[in-house]
Amino acid sequence: MHGSGERPVSGVGQGMRVTDVAGATPPLPAAGVGENLLVARGIAKNFGGVKALSDIDFTIRRGEIYGLIGPNGAGKTTLFNVLTGIYTPDAGEFTFDHRPLGALKPNEVAERGIARTFQNIRLFANLTALENVMIGRHVRTHAGVFGAITRNASTRAEEQAIEARAYELLRYVGVADRANHLAKHLPYGSQRRLEIARALATDPKLLALDEPAAGMNATETASLDRLLRDIQRDGTTILLIEHDMKLVMGICDRVLVLDYGRKIAEGPAAEVRANPAVIAAYLGGEVTLNMKGA
Amino acid sequence: MKPAPAPHLRLFIGIALIAVVLAVLPFALAWQGTAWVRILNQAILYCLLALGLNIVVGFAGLLDLGYIAFYGVGAYVYALLASPHFGIHLPFWVILPIGAAFACLFGVLLGTPTLKLRGDYLAIVTLGFGEIIRIILNNLSNPVNITNGPQGIYLIDPFRIGSFSLSQNETIGGLLFSGPVKYYYFLVIVLLVVIGINLRLQNSRIGRAWEAIREDEIAARAMGINTRNMKLLAFAMGASFGGVAGGVFSAIQGFISPESFTLTESVMVLAMVVLGGMGNIFGVVVGALLLAFIPEVLRYTVGPVQNAVFGHTIIEPEVIRMLLFGFALVLMMLFRPAGIWPSATRKRELDARRGGDDADADANQATDGGPDPVKGASA
Repeated sequence: MHGSGERPVSGVGQGMRVTDVAGATPPLPAAGVGENLLVARGIAKNFGGVKALSDIDFTIRRGEIYGLIGPNGAGKTTLFNVLTGIYTPDAGEFTFDHRPLGALKPNEVAERGIARTFQNIRLFANLTALENVMIGRHVRTHAGVFGAITRNASTRAEEQAIEARAYELLRYVGVADRANHLAKHLPYGSQRRLEIARALATDPKLLALDEPAAGMNATETASLDRLLRDIQRDGTTILLIEHDMKLVMGICDRVLVLDYGRKIAEGPAAEVRANPAVIAAYLGGEVTLNMKGA
Repeated sequence: MKPAPAPHLRLFIGIALIAVVLAVLPFALAWQGTAWVRILNQAILYCLLALGLNIVVGFAGLLDLGYIAFYGVGAYVYALLASPHFGIHLPFWVILPIGAAFACLFGVLLGTPTLKLRGDYLAIVTLGFGEIIRIILNNLSNPVNITNGPQGIYLIDPFRIGSFSLSQNETIGGLLFSGPVKYYYFLVIVLLVVIGINLRLQNSRIGRAWEAIREDEIAARAMGINTRNMKLLAFAMGASFGGVAGGVFSAIQGFISPESFTLTESVMVLAMVVLGGMGNIFGVVVGALLLAFIPEVLRYTVGPVQNAVFGHTIIEPEVIRMLLFGFALVLMMLFRPAGIWPSATRKRELDARRGGDDADADANQATDGGPDPVKGASA
């Protein structure tokens, strides 16, 4: 992965080097573990009269797995879309890696180092698994039309590096044996993992996963659990929307709970689980009960 | 994972065979009449157009119904800079790049306002754009005569290097090289270059970005692809190929008028791309050759066949020609919806299935939705 044209990256690659003997101390992620990576202040988003998000504050620290939970319609995916530039927030702002995100377009957000997956899988269905991941490298590579047509030395080296890195990532998530299959022909669980590999290919500082375990059976979820822990160990911070409480509570360092577009709790998983407001939101307290189904 | 390189000898023989066929073809056709060489040249021009449109439609997935406008722009740039109309006679190697650049500019002009449109809406806007260009060409004779209106521009210079002109007959080593034959060789070289450029573009960072946009624009943006620039690039590249083809067309015909750049032509080129196999370069070439040749073959066979069978002509050849042509199109789309030669991704997948991981694929098929062993996740 350190071929010419490829910048050495912090994150996943580091744990995968051949020299990395299993059982040795895991490599320390990029400096600044524990410092703030993403700070959200007063995020709000309205659709017509519906307040999808109001006044959301939260902080994601470097190196953690940060959970985002809430009942259906709580605004989790909206928050994701606001963060990744698909929607612009009506109020508030994000600070990512010490710099404000501003009103960036989705591709600029990806360039800044936030990569995402989608709740309903959005792979490039008619391309192979390998090509899907290679496309993820686009934002970290540079060959243009001239390089493509002349296929000069630096372009060839870059192409090789892209392909090598893509294979590496396919092995990392466990779909290397299907590298040449069309994405749409992969089994469901592999499609979810392929989407993660594609996101990792952009060398993200923050990997944002929108319900990666949705539709998975227990075995698949367990392997996803392992994969996410590996990704964290190798230095990539994760933001995880998930309905599978067992997965969230087991894996997340801290959790943010949304309900009706408001933040009702934030903190370590164990603390959040005991929070009465959270229990009320999930099991239906008197107040929320009347509003269910709204 | 890469396919084993073909033995050099076989590759060499293959290339040599194709070269011989390409070299001999015009003479074989000229034996049937020079008209066939002209038809062949027109077919190659269609190949160039279809390859250009394939970048926009096949690679980037942007439906363009006004593509012929770029052909028109290229043709008129050549005609205006190499004809008595303005009295300017620049050499072709100067004009072709100018024509390509102009067409490229128009590509960006079309692309910019349509960046947010897709599918049907994009098709309608591009259709309008194509018509606008044609109508402008048709009416730009007043108050300043630029395009000479519907009369068109004539006496356009042929391609010429010094005293060597591509349009004159010439005898070299006892062989007669007629004008069309010389243009044929020129066109074949241009076609090979354009195919080469397309192949390389497709298999590049740029080509993958286009394919990503075609497959899912939102996901493409989320992966950091600047979809605006990539779409404009697709329009610009496609348009400049159209511009080059237009310049050659101008020179071969020696006369152009807005009538050559109608919506029908746009639709025809689009049909070549779709029918040949969207996104597959060789499929598109085959589609273009077929659609260019079938009407001509029918023109020369429908009449005689009727005479032979019924003793006289029952239906006018001109009428039945388009009927049969349409019928052939419908049949091909019914039985080969992905095109005559579908794009390579599908083929690659078949290869992978047939290859070493055959048993593996089967085994996994059986466990789809069931426990799926994770091989590399904990490595």
